[in-house]
Amino acid sequence: MTNRTPALELRRVNKWFGAVHANKDISLSVDRGTIHGIIGENGAGKSTLMSIVYGFYQADEGDILINGDICHIDNPQASIAAGIGMVHQHFMLVDTFTVLENIILGVEGGARLGEGLAKARTELARLEKEYSLDVDVDALVGDLPVGLRQRVEILKALYRGAEILILDEPTGVLTPQEADHLFRILNTLRDQGKTVILITHKLREIMAITDNVSVMRRGAMVAHVSTKDTDRERLAELMVGRTVLLQVEKPTAQVGDTLMQVTGLNFIDAEGVQRLKNINLEIKAGEILGVAGVSGNGQSELLEILAGTISPSSGNIIYKGEDITRSSKKNARDLRKIGLGHVPEDRHRSGLVLPFTANENTILGYQDSPDYNRGTTLDKASMIKACEDHIEKFDVRPPDPNLQASGFSGGNQQKLVLAREMEQNPDVLLVGQPTRGVDIGAIEFIHKQLIKMRDAGKAILVVSVEIDEVMSLSDRIAVMFDGYIVGELDAKDATETKLGLMMAGIADDADTDPAADKGAAE
Amino acid sequence: MELFQIFITIMDATFRVATPLILASMAGMFSERSGVVDIGLEGKMLGAAFAAATIASLSGSAWVGLGAGILTSVALSMLHAYACVTHKGNQVVSGMAINIMVAGLTPTLAFAWFRMGGQTPALKGDERFHSLTLPFADAVRDIPVIGYTYAELISGHNIIVYIAAASVPICAWILFRTRFGLRVRAVGENPHAVDTAGISVNVLRYQALAVTGVLCGIAGSYLSTAHGAAFIRDMTAGKGYLALAALIFGKWKPLPTLFACLLFAFTDAVQVRMQGVDLPIVGVIPGQFIQALPYILTVLLLAGFVGKANPPKAIGQPYIKEK
Repeated sequence: MTNRTPALELRRVNKWFGAVHANKDISLSVDRGTIHGIIGENGAGKSTLMSIVYGFYQADEGDILINGDICHIDNPQASIAAGIGMVHQHFMLVDTFTVLENIILGVEGGARLGEGLAKARTELARLEKEYSLDVDVDALVGDLPVGLRQRVEILKALYRGAEILILDEPTGVLTPQEADHLFRILNTLRDQGKTVILITHKLREIMAITDNVSVMRRGAMVAHVSTKDTDRERLAELMVGRTVLLQVEKPTAQVGDTLMQVTGLNFIDAEGVQRLKNINLEIKAGEILGVAGVSGNGQSELLEILAGTISPSSGNIIYKGEDITRSSKKNARDLRKIGLGHVPEDRHRSGLVLPFTANENTILGYQDSPDYNRGTTLDKASMIKACEDHIEKFDVRPPDPNLQASGFSGGNQQKLVLAREMEQNPDVLLVGQPTRGVDIGAIEFIHKQLIKMRDAGKAILVVSVEIDEVMSLSDRIAVMFDGYIVGELDAKDATETKLGLMMAGIADDADTDPAADKGAAE
Repeated sequence: MELFQIFITIMDATFRVATPLILASMAGMFSERSGVVDIGLEGKMLGAAFAAATIASLSGSAWVGLGAGILTSVALSMLHAYACVTHKGNQVVSGMAINIMVAGLTPTLAFAWFRMGGQTPALKGDERFHSLTLPFADAVRDIPVIGYTYAELISGHNIIVYIAAASVPICAWILFRTRFGLRVRAVGENPHAVDTAGISVNVLRYQALAVTGVLCGIAGSYLSTAHGAAFIRDMTAGKGYLALAALIFGKWKPLPTLFACLLFAFTDAVQVRMQGVDLPIVGVIPGQFIQALPYILTVLLLAGFVGKANPPKAIGQPYIKEK
């Protein structure tokens, strides 16, 4: 199979954005009927390269060959005609349209919709059957969960006759179960002779599903390897350019007093849905408590209640011996003053003000502190000094305190938020998704910082949807499902299978029958 | 029967007042559904009213006048597109600029050309659109209720009233049953989806705005060559804004928008009817208050009674390809 003409070949492709050399002399060859991974850190040029293939941008130099023929792809239409389909990271769907309407958009087959819709309906029924992609074509896309929306995107590409399917960071928005389902779909596509290109920065996915992998670093292609001849550590090293520790080393926890105690916490949101159900938790000094769970099972609400940004419907939170929900109700600002730091889950929505400069973001939440004020005005010099200090300690790049927050990469933005909260030296630190959208080099750094803080006797709560992260960071793990804490276990006893079952709400404690464990793992 | 006749008279007036509102709100629907805010409906109507009256007067034909009105409105619409689509300018500012420009330019030109205090000459004979009598209208007049309604309410309007009535199902059909409509709705919700489907966002928005121009041109021409018989300065009197309000009230959907237009027109017709009428208990209501009623109603409806309106998601945002 590999001896035939490659389905897609790139020859010395170059692309500049102004002075930035986004793609340097890229050559790539993708065999037909394979799943080919392209891995690299954020900003390595993966998405730019694929946008060139899809005709969103034009290469400044170089050739694109499809099935051995040079193709001039200068717009998405040319790319579609050449048999390329793309599933974008942010779905290109119209929420108010049905699945059917979304799929025929651009290939309506005539000025009147009637016939086109009828034809598409039969054709889609065939495609759904052939690739086992079940979707109700009359459902409104806005009502579908993300996993199904992605399936609509795949169907859209197949309906347009795609032979080469490019998926850009497809699992970023998926739960582990949905991701596994996607992988099964991709395997079916490969078995039916389609070529799949998977762009990702997640090593697990590359190892799980690809046949070959190409690694990009700073705009250049640094390696092409066969997946079976490599491993996670080697790929990580190629991506970052230095050795990376995927598993943080940490000494045994020296557990101290309980700093935060949560009893019988319930929360009903504005729509009347009960998001939290009888939550009991203890957060102790010198320990990292990990909260695992598929996104949307109440973790976000728990974090926000603990941080004081929303109020629980019932239940108590005792912080340092004081009930902060009732008698002396405290909001997020009061809590910050008494040593409770909070790194929000969504740094763009609540962690940073993106159009503000780094130094302005450095004082958010602490803007009243005498450190940053001189009389009635802000003390710009001390703000910049604090920011420079954070930048140095957390290795933020570029090291410019006057750059807008939006000008930093995701990992560096996260470092700015972490630095702000950690440098206030809180006693309890709540961290939501510490490494979402963060490069592996920076992940290693952030994990080390959290461990260091734990070893200094601080209490840390980490909420994360990444099982690997929860397992490697935590000393104790609480698993949430449907608003309940369905189980709590020592990190030493945790396995991916055990946690996965608890996250799916199948097993409600750690002592699951090992036979059932094994069955569900496959 | 007396009451029924009053009702028919009021409804008759309602249709005539609603005509420009319906046409303008259908016009706005194409623009806004494609993601371009069109606060310039007012200016486009006013420009079309002026052009139609001027050309009708010079050419002696209402139809030539209508053509000129449409051309003027389309030209203004293209100006809006050039500013907002090609150059990604602020859509509200561009629309407002068009309104102010037209409001100033039309009386100035009218004064320079006709020396009639900013008006155009009164239109006579074929220079304006006249009422049409539908077949059998006179024959069935004496049949109670149905025949009377047909003769007095359905028959006896000028051609543009009927065009406005037809425009609603036609616009609905275009928007929901054709390729062009599907694309217009898509580009107003998620232009990125349209772009990745290999369709030009800009060309599509230009096309939608051209349709807006045509419909708005008919609405404006109606004011000066059918409803009225000359151009008078500021003769649109906020009808463009009212049409926009009806569009929002109708949640950007053809049929509810039609009803919103009829409601606004109905209050206006009642208002005319109620001037100086001695009502039980309250007595004579001041004319100013009654005249203000349609606008008060607009504010109340938009503020409280519309409920959650879901505008096209990408409305007001110029489309910029992500890097």
